[in-house]
Amino acid sequence: MSSAIVELKGIRKSYGIGTPVVTEVLHGIDLLLEEGEFAALIGPSGSGKSTLLNLIGLLEHPTAGDIAIAGESATHLDEVGLTELRGRNIGFVFQFHHLLPAFTALENVMMPAIIRDGAPTARAEATASELLHKVGLAGHEYKKPSQLSGGQQQRVAIARSLALSPRLILADEPTGNLDTHTADEIFELLREFNRERGSACLIVTHDPRLAARCDRRIELVDGRIVGAGLGGDGG
Amino acid sequence: MRFRLPFEWMVALRFLREGRMQTILILAGVTGGVAVIVFLTQLISQLQASIVDRVLGSQAHVVIRPLEEANSRALDPGGSSAIVEPRAQRLKSIDQWEAVMRAAAETPGVVAVSPVVSGPAFAVRGQANKSVALLGVDAERYRRIVRMDDNMTRGRFEVEGTHALIGIELAKDLGVTLGDKIRVVTADRRDEQLTITGLFDMGNKDLNRRWVFVTLKLAQSLLDLPGGVSNIDLTVNDIFAAKDVATRLQAATNLTVESWMTTNAQLLAALRNQTVSNNLIRSFVTIIVALGIASVLVVSVVQKQKEIGILRAMGASSRRIMAVFLLQGGLVGLVGALLGTGLAITLLQVFSHVYRNADGSPLFAARLEPRFALLAALVALGVGLLAAVIPARRAAKMDPVQAIRA
Repeated sequence: MSSAIVELKGIRKSYGIGTPVVTEVLHGIDLLLEEGEFAALIGPSGSGKSTLLNLIGLLEHPTAGDIAIAGESATHLDEVGLTELRGRNIGFVFQFHHLLPAFTALENVMMPAIIRDGAPTARAEATASELLHKVGLAGHEYKKPSQLSGGQQQRVAIARSLALSPRLILADEPTGNLDTHTADEIFELLREFNRERGSACLIVTHDPRLAARCDRRIELVDGRIVGAGLGGDGG
Repeated sequence: MRFRLPFEWMVALRFLREGRMQTILILAGVTGGVAVIVFLTQLISQLQASIVDRVLGSQAHVVIRPLEEANSRALDPGGSSAIVEPRAQRLKSIDQWEAVMRAAAETPGVVAVSPVVSGPAFAVRGQANKSVALLGVDAERYRRIVRMDDNMTRGRFEVEGTHALIGIELAKDLGVTLGDKIRVVTADRRDEQLTITGLFDMGNKDLNRRWVFVTLKLAQSLLDLPGGVSNIDLTVNDIFAAKDVATRLQAATNLTVESWMTTNAQLLAALRNQTVSNNLIRSFVTIIVALGIASVLVVSVVQKQKEIGILRAMGASSRRIMAVFLLQGGLVGLVGALLGTGLAITLLQVFSHVYRNADGSPLFAARLEPRFALLAALVALGVGLLAAVIPARRAAKMDPVQAIRA
């Protein structure tokens, strides 16, 4: 057991297996992410950032290689085991917030707990309400996503990713479609939770400004990690 | 807390509520389908029951008669040629009828037995004479064969001494009423003066013109069957088992035993054909309803693929996603069944006012048997669930990453 929250060994991912055109997107990735680390995953479009994030999030299966989350190998887990491992450890923030339009902000934040417990509980509601308060959305609990602005929606999504106090937050361009000011706010929110709760954060971003403010930058080019330097050296 | 529903119910209900127009349309479809099925089933079962009831209102379920007399050849059949005429069937008694009646009464399924002496006669009053069927009965027993009490327009269904009960048409033809006397004459010139103590209406002019009820004893002496009976009438508990009872009795007694099902074979065939076409309609409506539910849910799965992906990414297993869509199908089926049953009750009420018998009474009662409503609910639930299987499996198989990206 290490203190690594994510451990990748020789990860390869190909698409189109079984068809004449097989494309390998990731060519053997080794990566270690420590508990509580705040890292940016950067790289040009098509370099495989999202694919890598989905693999770490156990939403996709690698073609080869090993993934361990919080010291537990995911290689031999079935669908149920993967879902369980993911639920226990990982929170997602997607690019386009991906809230459930049919549910209120509060219900959206409660949803991971509802799924885990099978039904809504008073505790889940209290936690969700507190999180919404923390992200500055007190008073918006019963609004549907369509009644919220883009920044507010992304705040709800961040609150949701924290609902089960995950040890790892995976954020796929969380500020991608927000203006600079809002993007800064959202970024600060993630940073804050990272500091307060010690959740590790891996953020895919195109924004060099934000990447520079992370502790560590992992750069992906053509499916390979080129620079995995420690943060703090500006850039 | 405003909600405590389990995850699957919560999501299923929310999805249905969100897809408002689709939900309303598919509910309307299921409601219409269920209403047609329930209405048709109830209507046809009632009409069939009332037709059968009317047919059996004036005849016994099973009748035992003596065997017909046949010619037996005294000579070797190959030895001579002869033209053999069928023998005329004279009126005769059932041999050992008391024993036959006891045996019949003990046969499983038989609930009532009644000895009857019936034969032809003329009813005469003044210049008028009408051919009638003389029926010698034991009123107490015959009541359990044909519900005569319901048919009496004057007097009661009782016979004694030289009292007679006649139909309203015969009374009109002879110009007699309660308390008047008529004379009954048979072909071999036996006659008797009878006092009319009751009038009946069988709902059939021919029977009202022909039937004359007297005591067993009187009929026996008028028809020259001392101590005998011409037939034994039976009532069975399951009318559609009458044929089986008749077959069993025939084997046991060696007499001619006929059930109403044999005498009304054509009617039964018509009823059966009606049932077949009714089943055909019901099957098609069920299939159409199932296809409707399935197609709406398939569209819903496609529309909701992003939500499905999000739920999956947040830890919902594919089985629970499947349950969400199965529930939607089941709910649509069940709610549609409730609404459809309500609509069917309304239809029954409206049409019971529209369709009336010749005498102005409703052709059928505006009531719904609970078993039909229950059956409809179960079938609709089953159809809803079954129709949801394919969409639900599609939803469950959806790759969360692609679902989110789509």
